[in-house]
Amino acid sequence: MIEFRNIKKNFGDKLVLNDVSHVMENGKANLIIGTSGSGKTVLQKCLVGLFEPDAGEIIYDGMSFTHMDEDHRKMLRQQIGMLFQGSALFDSMTVEENVRFPLDMFTKDKNLVKLKRVNEVLERVNLSGSNKKYPSEISGGMKKRVGIARAIVLNPKYLFCDEPNSGLDPQTSGLIDKLIYEITKDYNMTTIINTHDMNSVMEIGDNILYLKDGKKEWTGTKNDIIYSDNKNLNQFIFASEFLQDAKQMRMMEKK
Amino acid sequence: MKFFSHFGKYLLMLKGMLSKPENPKLYWKEYMHQCSEIGIGSLGIVMIISVFMGAVSAVQTAYQISNPLINKIIIAQIVRDTVILEFSPTLICVVLAGVVGSKISSELGNMRVSEQIDALEIMGINTKTYLVLPKIAAAITTIPMLVIVSMFLGVYGGRLTASLSGVLSADTYDKGLMEQFIPYNVFFAMMKAYTFAFLLSSIPAYFGYYVNGGSLEIGRSSTKSVVITCIVILFADYILAALLL
Repeated sequence: MIEFRNIKKNFGDKLVLNDVSHVMENGKANLIIGTSGSGKTVLQKCLVGLFEPDAGEIIYDGMSFTHMDEDHRKMLRQQIGMLFQGSALFDSMTVEENVRFPLDMFTKDKNLVKLKRVNEVLERVNLSGSNKKYPSEISGGMKKRVGIARAIVLNPKYLFCDEPNSGLDPQTSGLIDKLIYEITKDYNMTTIINTHDMNSVMEIGDNILYLKDGKKEWTGTKNDIIYSDNKNLNQFIFASEFLQDAKQMRMMEKK
Repeated sequence: MKFFSHFGKYLLMLKGMLSKPENPKLYWKEYMHQCSEIGIGSLGIVMIISVFMGAVSAVQTAYQISNPLINKIIIAQIVRDTVILEFSPTLICVVLAGVVGSKISSELGNMRVSEQIDALEIMGINTKTYLVLPKIAAAITTIPMLVIVSMFLGVYGGRLTASLSGVLSADTYDKGLMEQFIPYNVFFAMMKAYTFAFLLSSIPAYFGYYVNGGSLEIGRSSTKSVVITCIVILFADYILAALLL
């Protein structure tokens, strides 16, 4: 479980996060949604320590991340996996070397054990047989899956995904969502996903935080979102006529 | 004001890279990789420049010493001393600031922009120690070696030109090299080589590590790092000459 209280973050004069508090639950897909520039990525980067919040507190399973010294943070980070928007794979390494890198850095296992674990996670993300390929030789969807494999290879307790569907076709997006969701359930992880993909929201949104202009505007689940009367949320979620019609139909079905 | 802010951040980066490696084996591998990239990778250009540098130096010295009363043996001594004192350490390091410096800056810049540095940070790796330290250590190890190679090749280039153009026989040139040789000059040249190696790796590393933006900014920061490194090398050259000679 990750809890954050009263997070504030400024960049110069611009207030990007304004007093945001929420609890990200264990074993659930926790979504942070909002329009571009609403502060989703900044919030996620604050949670993993890439940005320092100007005020507020972040708590990982009862431990204050905000007041932790650098050594303890490093220890905690070994329990965090992160999938970046652009996958952030190391260009000079093959798929296998990319996934194996955290194992090489933090474990003293024998090569065969490491290779077994790499193949295990590659199989989990449906990438068996791609070990020797370089990032430049694989598609965007495959890169995301390699990113997921690298993020989960050390069995992390917390998984962060920044826009996992960006730049992917709807079918591949769906597969990535499904994969993240299954991994969350299988490994009982606390998963935090930044997205503005509505399919993701409706498919895997166990716990949703909606940000508007850096402020917490709404929280709930994928089931609550349909019936929410929050104007800003409805404008954001049901931006297209098609989705508005779908919402109307669901409302009528309920009645 | 901006200068002090950059300088402070640069010092903090240097301080930040002095931490215990998470896995010394991987750090050693990275160090050896950088030694190969910086040392072996620059050997070709250093060899070519050094031979021509010595050759041109011999021809120009001979051209300026036209007085028949001056013993031509002095040409060898002038070539030797200019190559050892200035050309090999300073000129080669200025060239390496372009070759190695721009590579370091753009490599780190690209890693920053594509979030690879963030990915390493998230894993709990001190990226300054893992990415910057091996580059600086490799530069400090290999560049003085390249400077020594350059000294030999520079002096040899002068010998080759002097004998081929008939300015001085090879034997006379060799005799001139042995006369009035001051070993301290080599020590001074090595001091310069170590200092410049540190500067030409750490300054571009700073510019690459803290780059912000996209590919355009990587290019700009790479160019800026090379220009600033060259200026700082020349300034340090003057300071070292004033202090040590």
